[in-house]
Amino acid sequence: MANEDLWILGINMTKFGKHPDKDVVDLAAEAAMAALADGGVTMADMGVLAAGNLMGAAAGVGQQLQKQIGQTGIPVFNVANACATGATAIRTVIMAIKAGECEMGLAVGVEKLSGAGMLGAGMGVAASDTWTPSGRFGAVSSLEGKTGTDMMPGVFAQVGMEYGHKYGGTSFELFARISEKNHRNSTLNPLAAIQKDMSLEQIMNEPMIAYPNTRAMCSANSDGAAAAVIVSGEKLRTLSAEQQKRAVKISASVLTSDPYEEGCQILPNVNTLTRMAAKQAYELAGIGPEDLDLVELHDCFATAELVHYDNLMLCPEGGAVDFFNSGATWRDGSTPVNVSGGLESKGHPIAATGIANIWEICHHLRGEAGPRQIEGAKVGLAHVIGLGSACGVHILEKSGL
Amino acid sequence: MSNQIPLVEYLVLGDAPHLVANECTACGARYFDRRNACASCFGTSFASVDIATEGEVRAFTIVTPWMPGTAPYVPAVVDCGGTSVRGNVVNTTPDAEHITLGMKVRLTTVPFGADTAGTEAIGYGFEPIN
Ligand SMILES: [Zn+2]
Repeated sequence: MANEDLWILGINMTKFGKHPDKDVVDLAAEAAMAALADGGVTMADMGVLAAGNLMGAAAGVGQQLQKQIGQTGIPVFNVANACATGATAIRTVIMAIKAGECEMGLAVGVEKLSGAGMLGAGMGVAASDTWTPSGRFGAVSSLEGKTGTDMMPGVFAQVGMEYGHKYGGTSFELFARISEKNHRNSTLNPLAAIQKDMSLEQIMNEPMIAYPNTRAMCSANSDGAAAAVIVSGEKLRTLSAEQQKRAVKISASVLTSDPYEEGCQILPNVNTLTRMAAKQAYELAGIGPEDLDLVELHDCFATAELVHYDNLMLCPEGGAVDFFNSGATWRDGSTPVNVSGGLESKGHPIAATGIANIWEICHHLRGEAGPRQIEGAKVGLAHVIGLGSACGVHILEKSGL
Repeated sequence: MSNQIPLVEYLVLGDAPHLVANECTACGARYFDRRNACASCFGTSFASVDIATEGEVRAFTIVTPWMPGTAPYVPAVVDCGGTSVRGNVVNTTPDAEHITLGMKVRLTTVPFGADTAGTEAIGYGFEPIN
């Protein structure tokens, strides 16, 4: 049982964007009910539910969802793991099934974010009329903007610049061209929050948020949900031929956190934990990066996409710039990356993102991606990272059943 | 000097302002915050060490502030003799012509205003070495 492959039986994502008329539970219910229908099952078949809603992490979105779509008494795990929350929900269901606790489960991620502005926690220090040291740094004031920045745009800008310092070859224009690729891809994805082809000049002339990322190079805050039904191989074999044919094999599911390295508490190191997760996933799946037909990676900012080419070992170490310049990651390249449009245009409803990336891969492996179908796709990789940090990598394969 | 207070406890003011770190006595890992234990080796013994005041910019960004009319600022990671330090690059024009990867910088102090008792908070930044 423990070594048997698990499968995605049903999966769905809502349109990402603005949903002013729907609340968090509406969006979660829409994705969850559609994922159940996609898999040809109901809440009565589910043995576990894992649900994430980062902005409402204390509210118990899993039970709120059950009260709308089916209260069956199953265990609920409400999970929160920054931008890796959705992948963590999936991982939780997988662990429950692998442990033999149940044979089928539902993972849901949902967020309402449109209009939320740029995200990132400052180190809050209460204002006082006399300077009083407090907190772990003995700070007399909020440090945000005074000793660097903890805001996401500034952090991920530095991540890309650090790569440029280490290996050379980066420029404002290079990062903007990565964004140009993803915005081009979004024009084929009707579920993307922003479907707008943008020229390199337009992207570079957008307002600068944190050099070298302009507004078009930052992920779009949006509302949305995604959900997946996961099933054991043993149970899948008892289901219909159609269900077996559309099921997608989970060849690897890995979640890591950042190990200690010099400087990792100064600027978050998003590299090592991603490389660790990728390495483990390739080993588990018995698949190499050269076998991947498409990749959905966490381009929360254009600068982040570049470093993850390297971290996911899609290119030789230090070779991400040459790899991108070769055209490899465009739709018609050897390793298409973010054919969904990526977070920069598809949108980034935080807890939904880690399941939506998997949905995109499944969509292609099932041959159901319409105009943006990567022809003959058999293997794909989905990656997310949440600062703090948590990294999820899933490798998925087309059903051979 | 008594009417000054450092912005953070790891900044030592005086004639030769510098940063201090908590160094793990077992493995040498350095931290700027209050510690419970070492994240690298789990040790619980730390010694205070002075950090080099000159270094090299390993990464930077130029943040456009939300408030219109406020100047952009330059968060950076500076390699100070092998120890990574975070801080803003100051005393130069905040644009990509004046800030470059690998540029040499030195620690300097930055005032952040006085409280109601007249005590001035002093922070730090890194300025280019010409
Ligand atoms: Zn140690």
